Amino acid sequence: MKHEADITVIGGGLVGTAIAFGLAQDGARVMMLDEGDIARRASRANFALVWVQAKGIGMPEYATWSKVSADGWAEFAEMLADVSDIDVAFERPGGFMMCLSEAEMEARVRGMKVLQAQPGAPLYPYEILDHAQTKKRMPAIGPDVVGSVYCDLDGHVNSLRLFRALHVAIARLGVSYRPEHAVEAIVPEKDGFRIRGPWGEVATGRVVIAAGLDNARLAPMVGLLAPVVPSKGQIIVTEKAARFLDYPVSTVRQTDEGGVMVGDSQEDLGFDTQVTYPVISLMAQRAVRMFPALAGLNVVRTWSASRVMSPDGFPIYEQSRQFPGAFVATCHSGVTLAAAHALRLAIYIQDGRLPEQMACFSARRLNVPQAA
Amino acid sequence: MFRRLPESDTATLRFKIDGRPATGRAGESVAAAMLAAGVVTCRTTPIGGQKRAPYCLMGVCFECLVTIDGIGNRQACLIPLTEGMDIRSQDGARDMAGEPVTEAAP
Amino acid sequence: MKRLANVVELAASYDLAIIGAGPAGMSAAVTAAEAGLSVLVLDENGAPGGQIYRGITGTPVKRREILGAEFWRGEEIVAGFERCEASYAPHATAWSLAPDGSKGFEIGVSLGGAVRHIHASEVIAATGAHERPFPIPGWTLPGVMTAGAAQIALKANALVPDGRVVIAGCGPLLFLVTAQLLAAGANIVAVLDTAEPGNWRRALPHLPGFLRSPYLMKGLRLLLKARRANFISRVTALRAEAGDDGCLARVAHTRGSTETTLACDTLLLHQGVVPNINLANAVGCEQDWDDGQLSFVPRIDDWMQTSIPGLSIPGDGGGIRGAEAAALGGTLAALGAAARLGRLSQDERNQRAAPVRAEFERLSAGRAFLDALYRPPKAFRVPAEAETIVCRCEEVTAGEIREVVAGGVTGPNQLKVFLRCGMGPCQGRQCGLTVTELMADARGVSAEAIGSYHLRPPFKPVTLGELASLPSNDAAVKAVVR
Repeated sequence: MKHEADITVIGGGLVGTAIAFGLAQDGARVMMLDEGDIARRASRANFALVWVQAKGIGMPEYATWSKVSADGWAEFAEMLADVSDIDVAFERPGGFMMCLSEAEMEARVRGMKVLQAQPGAPLYPYEILDHAQTKKRMPAIGPDVVGSVYCDLDGHVNSLRLFRALHVAIARLGVSYRPEHAVEAIVPEKDGFRIRGPWGEVATGRVVIAAGLDNARLAPMVGLLAPVVPSKGQIIVTEKAARFLDYPVSTVRQTDEGGVMVGDSQEDLGFDTQVTYPVISLMAQRAVRMFPALAGLNVVRTWSASRVMSPDGFPIYEQSRQFPGAFVATCHSGVTLAAAHALRLAIYIQDGRLPEQMACFSARRLNVPQAA
Repeated sequence: MFRRLPESDTATLRFKIDGRPATGRAGESVAAAMLAAGVVTCRTTPIGGQKRAPYCLMGVCFECLVTIDGIGNRQACLIPLTEGMDIRSQDGARDMAGEPVTEAAP
Repeated sequence: MKRLANVVELAASYDLAIIGAGPAGMSAAVTAAEAGLSVLVLDENGAPGGQIYRGITGTPVKRREILGAEFWRGEEIVAGFERCEASYAPHATAWSLAPDGSKGFEIGVSLGGAVRHIHASEVIAATGAHERPFPIPGWTLPGVMTAGAAQIALKANALVPDGRVVIAGCGPLLFLVTAQLLAAGANIVAVLDTAEPGNWRRALPHLPGFLRSPYLMKGLRLLLKARRANFISRVTALRAEAGDDGCLARVAHTRGSTETTLACDTLLLHQGVVPNINLANAVGCEQDWDDGQLSFVPRIDDWMQTSIPGLSIPGDGGGIRGAEAAALGGTLAALGAAARLGRLSQDERNQRAAPVRAEFERLSAGRAFLDALYRPPKAFRVPAEAETIVCRCEEVTAGEIREVVAGGVTGPNQLKVFLRCGMGPCQGRQCGLTVTELMADARGVSAEAIGSYHLRPPFKPVTLGELASLPSNDAAVKAVVR
């Protein structure tokens, strides 16, 4: 079988493009199959945080993986700018989790303690700040802010520019990008894979499934599991304003272009993506209580999209035992993990094996019935 | 620049445009009053600093954004002129730091 | 008619909510109220009339001949509207709309400085039209505005552009504005006509329908009045140029192989009107590309109902047919809604609709001829110069769009992510059509295949504080507070 690509990445979102970027940097002949203009695309609707704080309760390796990625982000952003000439506005001033009640404050602090009490968890520093201490660093907070947890590992980027930069970069590195190439089937063959769609088929040496929610359908075709489901998130975006928030907050951030994003709702409602005002209102209320000046900003857009969520919320990275050369990569933090995907995961895939410390991310940890 | 038809009734509402006193007609929009007061440019853009002015006068283009009584990014073509209004052209993005905080939600 | 000035005066629900108080919205309100429906009319303007009859109840223009007989026809519709039983909220915006199960539709309303959601069993979105984007080099300069804007300034405010005025483009409104501004004493130094001479031939097959419609006489009268201006035909390129102050100083136009530059203070652009589809699109109505009108048009049935049951779009918002057809379409939409609500039998509905529909069809038949005759040339719809701004809000140029399309961006929604094109405060109203046609041109596929932006609420700005004032619930707490 003559392969048109060494490695074919299915999915042109942040996960797929970051992996393809890493692979192409490493010299692989890569093809990317993507959907078209109308697709679910969690990458078009994310909150753009590069976030470490409080992540990984239940899986300390995920805390480490997030930190590894955040630590590598500056280097990744530079590599990306070198290839694409696009500055993705990565900043790492540290981030806040704002608490609007004592109960929230206690829960946050307890969460950090539980996280770091796990054997093997990274023991990074964080600060517990009361109202006055928080106000010193973020003068815009309102009187309802009881306190905050601050961690200097956190940051954010311009995620739309990240998306574009990755696409421009992979094109410049010679990745063959095929939009409007939705995949119907992946067929394992003796020395590779055949990938089919309404557009025809391609033969490839290896395949990386990074198709977001479609991973659940595609992974079993090559003996893998990725039982991801949608988790509904709603987001509010305001008009541009002169910069007045110097740090990202887990639910409120001002982009480098001036718009303010308010987000981080989570609902399990299947593929429903209707904007609902009780949720939008509460998000707005909390944002305005955190930063009263936000009240007067005009909202230009609200939307709702589906996160890609595994049953335990952690990423799945795995190579098929049955059909070696087939990999799946899925997570809901495509921005935070972009650096690790490009700088590490891509190398593992190129080498043809995921190292031992990645074994924890296998879907076998999930107690799901074996499919297909 | 625009002029009023001589037959139109007198402009009796007093307002300020960038600190300069002007008069407008009851029932007209802030944008109309600005045009009649000789305003050519009402703002510069937040991205490229380009000069902009009212373009559609019917609420769809969002070019006529101005600061009215301290509140930025208001659509001048949809807001009725009232007595004593303080209208200011805008330079770049709206600056929340200089604005009065509006009433927070319940 | 009961005037409402504050959200607390709104009822929790109505049989019918009408968005827009132009000819379609007003006549729908009259018909629906007569049929016994509880009706709420929400309108962004401070007085009824829409854009076509803007200012009709209080225009400071005293000499009726300046605005012309067609304008004053609106008086009768407004008078009927003012007599009817509908509730009317001026200075109100409908910023969200979504089906809400058995309650019909949930509508976000902003009025008197506050917001609230109400419900309506049926919704008539009579949101009308806006002018087609006219992306030429320099179209963002102060001093350049739409011809429709100059007309609004005249109708509503008795304002006339001072100094040297150049009008450019094509379409019936261009002649009307020229005639009105001439009558008002404007110094129109030139009318640069961009219509292609070959349009006559393409329009000819539609002539019979046009002759049956009343457009012919109107058109002739207008042409005679407007022709007193200095018309320059067969203009193939336009460029607005700035002076030292960064504002409009000159207009360059190409005719044959000659470029001529005219000094001017105001440039008025117009190349037809297109349906304002933002609301319909955001709600998810099916829409089709209309190659005659060169725009997306919501798919509507005989009663102006969209693909979403209970949501109707009469008037220009459902396809450009003009003010008179809009008023008739409003009546048909209201009859359809009343019948669906059980207030009229099908027979009653059909009986009352029959004469209205006959006239509606006669008027609609004339439109294809005008569409073909005043079809805006491709050069002014799909900018050739790389530097020409397409998205005014985010300052995205035609060249940037072509570049990312070459890199594999296939449609407007992916384009938004790559360039922020269409993501500014106007929410794509000023660039949507240009983007679709430009991408179609760059990819060599149809506009239909390219599609349009998927738009999001709020359709009109509301503040974060206003959103925060809306009610919340326990499910929301579970979703948001962790």
